[in-house]
Amino acid sequence: MAFKVLNPGLLTTIQDLGRPGYFHLGIPVSGAMDRYALRAANLLVGNDEGEAGLEAVFMGPQLEFEKDCTVAVTGADLPALVDGEAKAPWTSFTIKAGQTLSFEYLRGGARAYIAISGGIATPKNLGSRSTYPIGALGGVQGRPLAVGDVVPTGDNPGRGEGREVPANLRRLPGSPAELRVLPGLYWRLITEQAGRNFFDDEWKVAPEADRMGYRFRGGRPVEFEPREQPFGAGSDPSNIVDGCYPYGSIQVPGGTEPIILHRDAVSGGGYFTLGAVISADMDLIGQLQPHTPTRFVKVDMEQALTARKDRARLLDSLRAALD
Amino acid sequence: MKTRYSFGGDEHIFVEMDEEMSLDAFFKSLSMSNAVRAAKIDGVTEVCPANASFQVKFNPDVIAPDAMLSELKALEHTAETAEKRLNTRIIEVPVYYQDPWTHETLMRFRERHQDPSGTDLDYAARINGYETVADFITAHHSTPWFVSMVGFVSGLPFLYQLVDRSKQIQVPKYLRPRTDTPKQTVGYGGSFSCIYSVRGAGGYQMFGITPMPIYDPTQTVSYLRDFLVFFKPGDIVKWKPIDRAEYDAILADVEANRFEPRIREATFDLDAFNADMDGTNKRLMEALYGV
Repeated sequence: MAFKVLNPGLLTTIQDLGRPGYFHLGIPVSGAMDRYALRAANLLVGNDEGEAGLEAVFMGPQLEFEKDCTVAVTGADLPALVDGEAKAPWTSFTIKAGQTLSFEYLRGGARAYIAISGGIATPKNLGSRSTYPIGALGGVQGRPLAVGDVVPTGDNPGRGEGREVPANLRRLPGSPAELRVLPGLYWRLITEQAGRNFFDDEWKVAPEADRMGYRFRGGRPVEFEPREQPFGAGSDPSNIVDGCYPYGSIQVPGGTEPIILHRDAVSGGGYFTLGAVISADMDLIGQLQPHTPTRFVKVDMEQALTARKDRARLLDSLRAALD
Repeated sequence: MKTRYSFGGDEHIFVEMDEEMSLDAFFKSLSMSNAVRAAKIDGVTEVCPANASFQVKFNPDVIAPDAMLSELKALEHTAETAEKRLNTRIIEVPVYYQDPWTHETLMRFRERHQDPSGTDLDYAARINGYETVADFITAHHSTPWFVSMVGFVSGLPFLYQLVDRSKQIQVPKYLRPRTDTPKQTVGYGGSFSCIYSVRGAGGYQMFGITPMPIYDPTQTVSYLRDFLVFFKPGDIVKWKPIDRAEYDAILADVEANRFEPRIREATFDLDAFNADMDGTNKRLMEALYGV
């Protein structure tokens, strides 16, 4: 079983839940930016929730299917069409052999997840099918989908159409988006006032927002406590001796525009970080369009762990709803 | 040296051995990250050593963040008392300095550089007090380098030169990072050299290029068949300057998959190095080339 790519959309990649274990070599975990949405799409069509699906950013692809299968689209509000007929989001539907899946324009969110019964069956690299183009790993020969690709999928007719995720379990960011941040790492390099400004200001997602990192603009520049730069760090006050970057960590090169590292993060570098977005909110970042107003909300570890538990409960509810 | 611990969100702990770079900080970071790996703490998912720090990724559903922090702190003493001696390998890496490809790239991004009037090498030589670029290049390749971190992207090594701090080369990064860097560019930023493993964005000054692949996702290059990444922290590198003819010859060998880098076993003892740098480096050269 396979589908043929008639049009790849803007940037459509094969993603699963990633390849942990190689960050110490500069190979990031990758995988779906919005893991919750990918899991939901897989559960809808009857796959294991970690199967590989498609992540389409801003625009959907156009795909022709070779055999009957079940498909679901979750995440961004990117309406799906089968031979031109509209299909409900967060709901499984059937595609018959020879039919074409295409999409209308994006109405909300940034990334749609397309699960196909049987899952995508391209070769794994380092245990995952996730596309990491910089390192030429996963995907179709290490790259995003291109016109003419014939992408293999597992043989599984799926669990049929009409299974849906209840409305209260469809998760998308609000407006302004709120991202909870645990301050730390090199927080102490900035002034107290700069720390307050960071959480008080309204930021906007910059056009430079991708799987590696999300850049933000619009807040006041970060000011640094005066200090003599340590040997090997470099002369700018935002420079440190190159170290590791956590996923979700927020760096502010030159003190101007914060960048949150995401699933395809660089593993390290020479810019200070002022903290990290908590694990419970990482999925939301992948659904932010450029220009989305965003606020950073300061939390402590206890609040971060409570949020993590809430998110785990949401996932359990999703599993129960689609059992 | 004062060790500093910080949480990075709810899934990471960042441990900084020292704010400034030194081989002492690197050895302590390597010892401690090795000790964390060896301790096999339940819930630890990744250990990433860096130049003078390291990072642990953990699952807070398995081990509470405070418990994780205590486990790490308990290992600090082990790291402090660990032998600062490594059984490692020394590798000769050919470098074509002032090559046409990095030259074309640096000219393309000149407006992002501190000194648009010259090349990256002109600038680095001048701010480090060298009379000529040739003298500067000699300083860059005359003593060996330590791989103090692997990361950024796809197996990129950061290297720290085995010389007294007074002789360390220091250069800033580009004012704004480039969007392009040729694959296998030999770069420089802060007190670190690097080899760009793949083509892509970068902020380090560009000095030259090596024909030797160090990352191969297809695992067809003869010496990358077992694993796609060549370098690991603790490797020692000796740059070997080559000209265009040698570059072309090595590249032809690489393309025919018959290039084999010169690699020899070596030991490195930090105390011995600090006591006698010239003598230690001489012994490393003997390990690489024979007496």
